Amino acid sequence: MGLPNDPDSKLAAYAHPERLVTTEWLAQHLGDSGLVVVESDEDVLLYDTGHIPGAVKVDWHTELNDPVTRDYVDGERFAQICGERGITRDTTVVFYGDRNNWWATYALWVFSLFGHPDVRILDGGRAKWVAENREMTTEQPKPPQVDYPVVERDDTRIRAFKEQVLAHLGKPLVDVRSPGEYSGELLHMPDYPQEGAVRGGHIPGAASVPWARAAAEDATFKPRSDLEAIYQQEQGLSPDDDVVAYCRIGERSSHTWFVLTHLLGFSKVRNYDGSWTEWGNSVRVPIVQGSERGSA
Amino acid sequence: MTDSMSRTLPPQLAELVDDFAGVGPKDRLQMLLELSRELPELPERYADAADTMEQVHECQSPLFLAVEVDSDPERRVHLFFSAPPEAPTTRGFASIMHTGLDGEAADDVLAVPDDFYTALGLGEAVSPLRLRGMAAMLARIKKQVRAATAA
Repeated sequence: MGLPNDPDSKLAAYAHPERLVTTEWLAQHLGDSGLVVVESDEDVLLYDTGHIPGAVKVDWHTELNDPVTRDYVDGERFAQICGERGITRDTTVVFYGDRNNWWATYALWVFSLFGHPDVRILDGGRAKWVAENREMTTEQPKPPQVDYPVVERDDTRIRAFKEQVLAHLGKPLVDVRSPGEYSGELLHMPDYPQEGAVRGGHIPGAASVPWARAAAEDATFKPRSDLEAIYQQEQGLSPDDDVVAYCRIGERSSHTWFVLTHLLGFSKVRNYDGSWTEWGNSVRVPIVQGSERGSA
Repeated sequence: MTDSMSRTLPPQLAELVDDFAGVGPKDRLQMLLELSRELPELPERYADAADTMEQVHECQSPLFLAVEVDSDPERRVHLFFSAPPEAPTTRGFASIMHTGLDGEAADDVLAVPDDFYTALGLGEAVSPLRLRGMAAMLARIKKQVRAATAA
């Protein structure tokens, strides 16, 4: 059985408050049986500089990806990753990380592909925990090896592939990259690595809603009313829409996927993880440049 | 490391590359972490400049970089970096550059192969995507060295 939900009033306003916990709730529940805290960061060394006591690390880049194919790990490897970290199928897993929980939401999204039932995000992530001077440690936890079942990944509900996005043109798409990436001008920055695409721009019809608009100054998610104002009033999306979100490799868009799905209660949001590095390199797919949405 | 590469690397950088290549992936990560802690503080004259650190792109950690080139015939290069503590990987990369290139002649810095970092063997532990940050850093250093020596 999972842990109780965080009754916090801000969280209660969200469509699925059970998908979030506050720093206070986590501090109260650290060490509870049935809870595993997972740190997932953009910076691969950050966990080792200090982390929430007892937290284990899952690195998206090096652990959740198949080392050869551009895809995620399979059920067997996933079972191994979880089992080594003391995560059973019944464990409540709380993810947190750097940079407004970018990579924490990405890891949560991958766990969701395997249908792990109880996954939650620490609202405010690492930054808020540190800002509140809560306990950090460099001590490596030694979780017991447990059994995690081999579950087949379900890529049909919350993941979109290029062919599906082509078929989706004309329906709602959210591009969560920076405005410069959306318009296409940010492909060639002098002296910086390229975005890894030979063409710049966006998928025709995609709305530009940079992911960070959903985050407050302290890295927490904005309250529900603010999020509704952005995605529903301003962008005209509605919770029963069929929505695809994308960015460069699917990491920033998993943050938006989390916001739309769990905070606003949208029922059909898919993350296109191929994102711009696939689309911008694909032969003959339609692209729009400039700040207008364009149409397919 | 290939012989041709070690010939083109300044001695400190070559030694660092050998140290990395001589251990396994996990230890390489530990070495990078130690290097990140050893990144020297900015001298006072740059203290204010670092506050205005350019955030070049939301995918990249902010990094302040300043290059000074001596007026001696060697045109020795001095590197100054600042990156926040919550970006230890960026600090580690900067520390590799500092350890390996600070005090070297401008020509020797410019001669470092753009892909030298591949010899560190960090691809497996850090991921190729993240390693591109190192290529970007070297490109920025060279650009500033060229600008300083062109005058």
